[in-house]
Amino acid sequence: MAVIQVDRKPLTFAERTYIPQILSGLKTTWKHLRSTAVTLEYPEQRPNIPPGYRGVPTLVKDPHGREKCVSCQLCEFVCPPKAIRITPGEIPPGSPNRQIEKAPQAFDIDMLRCIYCGFCQEVCPEEAIFLQNQYSMTGYTREEMVNHKDKLLELGGTLPDKHFKWEKKLHAEQEGNAH
Amino acid sequence: MTQPAKPDLVTVNVDGREVSVPKGTNMIEAARLAGVDVPHYCYHPKLTVVGNCRMCLVEMGLPAVDPATKQPVMDPATGKQKINWVPRPTIACATNATPGLHIRTNTPSVKDCREGVMEFLLINHPLDCPICDQAGECRLQEQSMGYGRGYSRFIEHKNVKPKRTQLGPRVTLDDERCILCSRCIRFCKEVAKDDVLGFVDRGSYSTLTCYPGKELANNYSLNTVDICPVGALTSTDFRFKMRVWFLKQTNSIDTESSVGANTVVWSREGVIYRITPRRNDEVNDTWMTDSGRLLFKEVRQENRLTAVQVDGQASSLDIAIHTAAELLKAGSVAVVGSGRSSVEEQFLTKKIADTLKASTQLVARVGQGDKILLSADRNPNVRGALVTGLINRLPEAQLSQLGAAIDAGKVKTVLAINEDLSAAGLTQAQLGKVAIVYVGTHANATSAAARVVLPTLTVFEKSGTLVNQQFRIQKFHAAIPGLAGAVNDLVVLGKLLAKVGGSSAPTDLTGVWAQLVGEVAVLAGLSFAKISDTGVVLNASDFANLVFPEGETLHYKPAAASAPVPA
Amino acid sequence: MDFFFELPLWVQAALKGLAVIAVIFPIAGACSMAERKVSAWIQDRPGPSRAIPPWFAIIPIIGPFLQRLGAFHLLADGGKLLFKEDPLPGHVNKFYFVMAPLVAMIPALSTVAFVPFGAYVSEAKQVVPLILANVDVGLLGVFALASLGVYSLILAGWASNSKYPFLGGVRASAQLISYELSMTLSVLPVFLWINAPGQSGSLSLARVVEYQSQPGFLGGMWFVFLMPVSAFIFLVALFAETNRQPFDMPESEADLVGGFHTEYGSFKWSLFFVAEYSHMTVGSAVFALLFLGGWNPLPWVSLQTLGGWLHLTGHPVVLGILSVLIFIGKVLASIFFFMWVRWTLPRFRYDQVMRIGWKQLLPLSILNLIVYTCIIGGMEYFGHR
Repeated sequence: MAVIQVDRKPLTFAERTYIPQILSGLKTTWKHLRSTAVTLEYPEQRPNIPPGYRGVPTLVKDPHGREKCVSCQLCEFVCPPKAIRITPGEIPPGSPNRQIEKAPQAFDIDMLRCIYCGFCQEVCPEEAIFLQNQYSMTGYTREEMVNHKDKLLELGGTLPDKHFKWEKKLHAEQEGNAH
Repeated sequence: MTQPAKPDLVTVNVDGREVSVPKGTNMIEAARLAGVDVPHYCYHPKLTVVGNCRMCLVEMGLPAVDPATKQPVMDPATGKQKINWVPRPTIACATNATPGLHIRTNTPSVKDCREGVMEFLLINHPLDCPICDQAGECRLQEQSMGYGRGYSRFIEHKNVKPKRTQLGPRVTLDDERCILCSRCIRFCKEVAKDDVLGFVDRGSYSTLTCYPGKELANNYSLNTVDICPVGALTSTDFRFKMRVWFLKQTNSIDTESSVGANTVVWSREGVIYRITPRRNDEVNDTWMTDSGRLLFKEVRQENRLTAVQVDGQASSLDIAIHTAAELLKAGSVAVVGSGRSSVEEQFLTKKIADTLKASTQLVARVGQGDKILLSADRNPNVRGALVTGLINRLPEAQLSQLGAAIDAGKVKTVLAINEDLSAAGLTQAQLGKVAIVYVGTHANATSAAARVVLPTLTVFEKSGTLVNQQFRIQKFHAAIPGLAGAVNDLVVLGKLLAKVGGSSAPTDLTGVWAQLVGEVAVLAGLSFAKISDTGVVLNASDFANLVFPEGETLHYKPAAASAPVPA
Repeated sequence: MDFFFELPLWVQAALKGLAVIAVIFPIAGACSMAERKVSAWIQDRPGPSRAIPPWFAIIPIIGPFLQRLGAFHLLADGGKLLFKEDPLPGHVNKFYFVMAPLVAMIPALSTVAFVPFGAYVSEAKQVVPLILANVDVGLLGVFALASLGVYSLILAGWASNSKYPFLGGVRASAQLISYELSMTLSVLPVFLWINAPGQSGSLSLARVVEYQSQPGFLGGMWFVFLMPVSAFIFLVALFAETNRQPFDMPESEADLVGGFHTEYGSFKWSLFFVAEYSHMTVGSAVFALLFLGGWNPLPWVSLQTLGGWLHLTGHPVVLGILSVLIFIGKVLASIFFFMWVRWTLPRFRYDQVMRIGWKQLLPLSILNLIVYTCIIGGMEYFGHR
C-alpha cells in the first residue's frame, strides 16, 4: 500500500477570516430558504411502499382459504430478537386439512421485539409468513403490541400460491397409488 | 464393541491413514476410530448388522499375495505391498477389519454410490420436514445435505402409504417416511425380546407394520423412536410438542430403578419436553424404559409442594427451619431417609441423624425386574445410603419397627425425607402421635400431617449423584430451574443441620463433597467434577455380605443367588 | 398623554414595566417560533404547521394560512411549558437553582428601558425619541445590565451540581469576558464621532440616531457605511454575547448536552429561553440604532424627510407609529439574520472562540479605535467640523 502524502494547503488571508466561507454558506442556505419543502406530511400523505419493503410480519392464507403455516417453528428459531412464539398443535384426523397434520395452536409475534429483518419470511418453507406493506404498528399497552394468530392472519390476507403441495398430497392419498 | 480388556489389535488403513482397531471391528467403527464418518442408516452399534440400507458403501482393498508362493506382491512404484482393490463397493457395516485392510471413503465412486443411494431413499420420501418431528435430528436430512445430489430428478407420483398409524400406546408410525432400515424390527426382536414388528409387501410397497393382532406396547417401545433414523416412528407423547433444536440437553440419570440408566433431559425455558437414553456401554447401552421417560411429568404435577408451611400456614424458610430444629432438638427423633435422595442429601441426612442420635431407616420399594433395564429395587440410590452410612442394613418395605416405637412412645418426632410414611405402613393414628418434619417434593398424607413442610426439588431441578446397582456413582445435572417456592434439598438439609448441630453446614454440592471425600472412605479421592459422564464404580467390598433384591439385568449379574424379597 | 404623566410616579413605573413584560415575552416567544420556522425553511421542511384552535380553523383563508405558518404553535409551546411538571433535581442547590432563571430575566427585561424604539416630531418641530428611560448613560446602561446576564448562566451551571452545566457556565463566563472588550471598543468610535470635543458628551442611543438623521452626505450616512469595521466587530461580538451560533459554547448540545440548562425543564428552562431571545432582540435593536440609522427609513433619508414626502408633518402620532414600524422592521431583519447564520454555520471550537476573541477581534478593535481617533483628530484639526 502506497502511502500518499497529502499536503495541507495553507489558508489564504481571506479564508482565515472565515468571511468568504460564511458568505457562501449564507448563500447556500438562502437558496434553500426559497426552495419548496421536500418532506412528506405523513398522516395526510402516505409514502409509496417500494417492492420488497419489509413491513409488519403477517401470516397468509392460500387462495383456498387455508392457513399456510404448519408451525414448523423455523421462524421462531431464526428470529434474532426472539419475537416469535409458536405453540404447535395437531390437526385432527377428521379435518379437511388432515393431510397437513400440524398447525399452530397459537402464533404470537411481539412487535415490541420485532426488528423487521425478514428472516422469518426467508426461512419459511411453506411461504406462510410475509413482511407486507403495513408499517405503522401502535398501541397503548404491551399486550396490544403482541400480534396473535387471528390478527396476523387478518393482516396477512390471501396471497396467490402456485404450489398447492398439500393439496397434491391429499389427491395422491385419495387416488391411493399404493396397490 | 471396543471393550475387551486386551483387544486383539489389527492395523487398517482408512483413506491413507493407518489406525489400529480391535479385531472384529467393522469398517464403520474402524473408520470412526480413524476420524472418518461413514454415513449409514440401518447399522446400529448395539444391534445386529443387516446391511439393507446400502448407504455405507466404501471401497475396500486387501494386500496382494501371490496365490502360488503366498508371498506378498510388492508394488515397485511405492516399494510397499500392492493393494488389490475390490472392483465393486462394499458395505462397511458388514465387513470386519482384517490385518492390512484398506478402506477408501472419499473416491468419486464412493461419492456416486452415496448419491445414488440417497436418491433412491428420497424417491418416495415425502417432503414432510416442516411438519416432521424428526426434523433437526434426522439422519436423512443430515446425509442428504452431506452426501446427496441436492436436487430431485423424480417427477412421478410418490408412493402413498398409511400415515398417523398408532403402532402402540406410545408410538406413532408414518409409513411414507420409513426408509425400511429395520432397526426397530431388530430392536424389538433382540433387545426388547418382543417380536411384534415386520415388513409386509414388496419392493417400493414394503410397509412397516405390527404383526396382526399385536401392538408395540412393551416398556421399551420408545427406543424404536430414538433409533429410527428418519421421522417414521415418533413418540405420541412428544409429537408436535416442540422442535428439537430449541431443546437444551442435560445429562441426567433415570431414577426409576437401581439400574440408573443414563439419560438426556431435553428442556426449553424451564419446561421439560422429553427424556432420551444416553449411551453408556456399562449400564444401559443406548436404551431406556418407556416408563422412565415419563418421570418428568412429576415436575409440574398438581400436588407439587411449592410453599414452606408451618402448622399448615405458609411461612418463611428460616422460620420453618427454626421450628423444625426446635422440634428435632426435643429428642426422641426417628429419621426416615429416602432411597431416592442423592448421595449428598443422604450424607446430610445422616449427619442430622448423628447429631440428634436418632434412629435411621429407609423405605424399600421392590417390584418385578424385567431383566433388561428395570431392576427389582425401584429405589435408585439405596446403595448411596449404604455408602454414606445412613443405613447399614437393607431397608424394609414397611416401617413396622418405627410404628411400634411410636406406639411405645419412644419416638416423638419424625424427620421424613421425601417418603410418605402412611404408604410405608404407618397408620393415621401413629402419624397423629408424632410431630413430623416433612422434606419432600409432593404433597401426600405425611405432608398433610406434618408440623413443618419444606418443599424441595425433583431430580430434574437439582444436581447430585446416585449410586446404582453396580455401585457405580453417576452424576445428574439440573435441567431446569426449581419450581418457584421449592428450595434446594441441600439448602434445606444444610440449614437444618446447622440449626440442630449449632455449627455451620454446607448447603451446596462443593461444600458437601468437601466433607464427603473426608468422611466416606470409598469416595476418597473423588470429587463431583472428577466423576465422568459414565460414572465411576466404587469399591463395594464392605457390602459383599448384603443380599440385594435385584435380579439379572443388562450388564448386571447379582453377586450371589439373590433372594427376591429382602430379609 | 397627559393623564399618564399625571399618574403617581410608581404607577407610571409599574405600567411601563408591565408594558415591557407584555411586549418582550411575546417577542421572545415569537422569536422561538420564528426560529423553528426559519430552520425548517432552510432545511426544506414545512416546519411547525399543525396547531390550530377549532374556532380559528373555521375562518376560511386566514385560518389555514395561520396554521401553515405555525402561528399557534407559539401558544401551544407556551402552554406546554407553563403547565408541564416542573422538575427539581434532587442533587441541585435549590435556592440558586431556582434563582438562576430569575436572574436571567432581570437584564433581559431591564435593558429595554435604555433602547429608544421610535420617535415622534413634537409640535415644536423637535424629534422626541420614544424611550422608557432617556438617560445620557444610554449604551453604558445597556452594556452594564446585559453583562449581568452571564451571572445567571454561571449560577445555573454551578447550582445544577452536575458536570455539563458546570462546564457550560465556565464557558459562558470566559466567552463573555472575551467579547465584552471588543464590543465596547468597537462602539467607541461612534460616540467619539458624535460627541464634539470640548462639549458635554452623551452616550444616549437616541443621540446616535439623531446624528444619523442630519442632512448632508456625512450627516445622513449610517454608521455601518462610515465605520464598517466597527459594525462588523460589534456584530460578531453580539453573536458571542447572545450565545448564538456559531458561538453557543455554553449550550453546545453536541458536546455539553445543553450546557448550563441541562438540568432545567419546563418553565424555568423557558425563562432562559426568553432571556436569550430578549437579549437577541435588544442586541439587534442596539445594532440597528448604532449602525443602521435607527428609525430612519433609508440612508440619507431621515424620518422627517419621509414625513415631509408623505405630508405627515402635521400628524405626529402617525409619524411616530411609522417610526416604530421602521425600527421594528430593522430589528426583525436583524433577528432573521441571527437565525439565518445559526442554521448556516457550525459551532466554532472553543479554542477558536478564544483565539478569535483575544487575538483577532480585540487587536482589530483597538486598531479601529486608533484609526478613527486619528481621523477625528485630523478632521478637527483641519476644521472640517
